Amino acid sequence: MNIPQELLYTETHEWVRIEDNIATIGITDHAQNQLSELVFAELPPPGKKILKGQSVAVVESVKAASDIYAPLSGQILESNSSLQTNPALINSDPYGEGWLFKILLTNPEEINSLLKPQNYLDLLKN
Amino acid sequence: MSDSVSPLQSPLKNLHQSLGARFVQFAGWQLPVFFKSILSEHHAVRNNVGLFDISHMGQFFISGSLARSWLDTLLTNDIQSLPPGRALYTFLLNESGGILDDIIVYCLDAASFLLVVNASTTSSDKEWMLDRIPDSGVHFEDASNRSLALAVQGPASPSIWEKLTQSPMPPRNSVLRSKTAFGSLILATTGYTGEIGFEIFSSESTPSLAEQLFNYLLSLGAQPCGLGARDTLRLEMAFPLNGTDLSPDITPLEANLPQFVKFQKPGFIGKNSLLIQKQNGISRLLSPLLLEPNSPPPRHASKILVEQKVISGVTSGTISPSLNRGIALATLPIQYASPNTQLLVQIRDKLYSAQVVKKPFYKKIS
Repeated sequence: MNIPQELLYTETHEWVRIEDNIATIGITDHAQNQLSELVFAELPPPGKKILKGQSVAVVESVKAASDIYAPLSGQILESNSSLQTNPALINSDPYGEGWLFKILLTNPEEINSLLKPQNYLDLLKN
Repeated sequence: MSDSVSPLQSPLKNLHQSLGARFVQFAGWQLPVFFKSILSEHHAVRNNVGLFDISHMGQFFISGSLARSWLDTLLTNDIQSLPPGRALYTFLLNESGGILDDIIVYCLDAASFLLVVNASTTSSDKEWMLDRIPDSGVHFEDASNRSLALAVQGPASPSIWEKLTQSPMPPRNSVLRSKTAFGSLILATTGYTGEIGFEIFSSESTPSLAEQLFNYLLSLGAQPCGLGARDTLRLEMAFPLNGTDLSPDITPLEANLPQFVKFQKPGFIGKNSLLIQKQNGISRLLSPLLLEPNSPPPRHASKILVEQKVISGVTSGTISPSLNRGIALATLPIQYASPNTQLLVQIRDKLYSAQVVKKPFYKKIS
């Protein structure tokens, strides 16, 4: 189970990388494995204001569409445009080239509510 | 069928589990949706060979002196002149010409037939047929819940057939009984993927023999495949699925499959309604739609629009793994059903352009 130590996590299987007041979001290795090969990603446009917990993106496998929830509140800075033509990057490199979008944080205190790697691992084990 | 009822299981369930299958519930059965991934299994069938467990499909053995003429009155295709050793695709209709099921009929010998029917309609087909069975002259045996059925599909299928039977694979739509190391099997060069291949039916197989046979076919190079790839493969050929694309609300003429209806036959259930429909002209047609590049997968019930007006809904859709494009089937008003007609498909809150195309979506480069 690949759960990088430097990232934070959500109960809905997103990962979060914090750099200053910018958060990069993706889905975890466990999530991509459960969803199986992804064939489409619908990502939020830059500038869109989002609230923690809100459904902001959709990833789709051949069989099903799955919502992606905003782990933190803020404004979308950028979405990963490579996923438009190659959504399978989410499967092949979920923590790298398969990132989904970046958020300029408006309420950085929310970071405290995210799961640490060990907590996320415990969640998966249960 | 209630969800609380425990699902029916293939005799191969344990083997599937050990091969890492992920399961899905379908028509009351628990079946592998994929082993490795839908896309890799899809490509294995298009380029090499895949192995499907289709034990969920219904199997009716129908025999007797009146079996042939009785089936000919129930089914739309020409059963009367179907020779032993041959198979055909046909419809079972209600009196209004609506499709109850699409079925493959295998003629095993002059007075003996195997009907392979959809899992979702096995019990309603059986009830419909038994309500109409003559007092004598037809023996009806439902082998559905104790049968093994496998499909070997893909361009490398003939070499597997040859190793299994020690004889060359016959042409498409042949059927024969074969004594093999895995018991007496019915082997038929049929399938629903658009590739050459064959299907294996056995109503006497034990779970242990079934596992040995499945493992033997894997050892010959077949990749285990689940229902996910079965669906993308049939959809690339624009083959309809009963229960989504086909239903009692649609006739074979509206489904754009008139070649499986033989009007010259003396009579069959639904014939009169179809004749009237043929005379008046149909008002809608099951049509293939190709979406613009990089669209999300169209799915069942995605709305289809023309000039902001909803004209229909997708019956089945997916991303075609071979074309890497969204594809769908939908029953369209006839004025929008000609090839090259431009339409819009709504997926969530966005509209994607789509074009009516000729079937199949996928054509083998030869």
